[in-house]
Amino acid sequence: MTTKTLTTGDAVQVIYDVLAEIAPEVDASEIDMSVDLTEQLDLDSMDYLHWLVGINAATGIEIPDRDASHFMTIDGAARYLVDAATKN
Amino acid sequence: MIDFKLPSLGADMDEAMLVGWLVSVGDEVSRGDIVAEVETDKGVMEVECWDDGIIDELLVEPSSTKLPVGTPLARIRATDESPVAEPAPAREVEPAREFAPVREPVAVGVAAGVETPAPPPPHVTRHVSPPVRHLAHQLGVDVDTVAATGPEGAVTREDVRRAAGRRRVSPRARRLAMEEGIDLSMVSPSGADGMVVVADLSGAAAPVTGAIEAPATEEPVAQPDLAAPTIEPEPTAEDPALAMRRAIARSMARSNREIPQYSLVTQIDMQPALDWLNAANAERPVTARILPAALFAKATALALREVPELNGHYVEERFEQSDDIHLGMAISLRTGGLVAPAIRAADALTLDELMAALDDLVRRARSWKLRTSEMASATATLTNLGERGVGTAFPIVIPPQVAIIGLGRVMDRPVAIDGMLAVRPTVDATLTADHRVSDGHRGGLFLAALEQRLQEPEKL
Repeated sequence: MTTKTLTTGDAVQVIYDVLAEIAPEVDASEIDMSVDLTEQLDLDSMDYLHWLVGINAATGIEIPDRDASHFMTIDGAARYLVDAATKN
Repeated sequence: MIDFKLPSLGADMDEAMLVGWLVSVGDEVSRGDIVAEVETDKGVMEVECWDDGIIDELLVEPSSTKLPVGTPLARIRATDESPVAEPAPAREVEPAREFAPVREPVAVGVAAGVETPAPPPPHVTRHVSPPVRHLAHQLGVDVDTVAATGPEGAVTREDVRRAAGRRRVSPRARRLAMEEGIDLSMVSPSGADGMVVVADLSGAAAPVTGAIEAPATEEPVAQPDLAAPTIEPEPTAEDPALAMRRAIARSMARSNREIPQYSLVTQIDMQPALDWLNAANAERPVTARILPAALFAKATALALREVPELNGHYVEERFEQSDDIHLGMAISLRTGGLVAPAIRAADALTLDELMAALDDLVRRARSWKLRTSEMASATATLTNLGERGVGTAFPIVIPPQVAIIGLGRVMDRPVAIDGMLAVRPTVDATLTADHRVSDGHRGGLFLAALEQRLQEPEKL
């Protein structure tokens, strides 16, 4: 179940939706999309893994461990998802 | 006929409110089934039953009455036993001496809080609107088991939140509500994570005058300012953040008061473990990835097996060693507070099983869905403060346990290896233990065993 096309807007929406489940107390408007997410939101390694798993479930895009560095920021994650969807 | 009693809830918690039943009279239950939800100082927990049979009678109805540990909640009959023919007469309150399913001496007292047995709630068709159903789904609540307070038996959003244990009331809002006579259950929360804040009270039924204090400055998860003499929050179990803080305070004060503790630290080379983990994860989909936390937990459990005097409970002036290793995992909650539920028989789980158990435990801890058996059973605890960037942790023992292991951050440090300077990922592992039970020498052996286990990750 892979997505055919994914716009940056779609990707960002998915990213925020999954984040809202993991950190419901966070005000999305205060997130800086270019800053390290785990530090910014005080996510631990389990939160972070849940975030990746949630994105994978919502988009069908696999995120290999070697690519986890793309998911440090929301900007990076969105770029990765759009690229991955295009390749599929 | 077996009495199903309110089980032990963990250290320093000796009472709980029955939030709801997940079974009805006539339902068949098996050992391990979750049959009820109770609310404690550490949030709502699921209660498992430990017998097979059929629910014969529900003795207690959900209410805000606090029930002592050991209170009979229901009666379970064996599947081949015939049901009670007529409605049972009002049962006598069980003598306190029968309330003894706990290892720890708990001030139980007379069960004055036990409600008169009520007839089982009749099955009514309930109305659940789609948004409420959606909320219930989000919060993991079964709407069919929620006590409905809406018109004509409708389940409201508040009912669902209450069942999910997510309802919070800020101390100032609670005080104001008491002063103004506002029924908090009728107030819709607007604060973070469903918290009722002062601003919410202005729309409530009671006429609110100018008493509202600057609602804009209300902190969603405000700690009460204990220094201010005018603020005397009346903590109840409805305010989970405050109740949890009190439970932690009791437990930690008892730890410092009663337990002579020693701490030892060892720096452990993490290169072999991380190399192994990275190679293992490279082949795995994101859903099957293993975190270092699982490696640490397994290595800790196996090291406890080697030094068993760190694994168990100190009860009534003596140490009771545990044959099982139920490893408590300190889990911080995002809105503040801490729980340390146990992964049962952690040493016997494979790494994948342990990772799955940890994943499940963290998810449920953060959605207030822990089980009483998990809260009461830890035989030693692991706290991984390295997740928050801490270099070295110095935790204190959670009574009645006798040891806690703290891990700092894995960070690159210069180390001497074979006479050469190298930079390696290392972690500071701390053991804090009860000196009444073990000595530094044995504690040192434990840390050596932990270090050894982490040098051979393929054997974990």
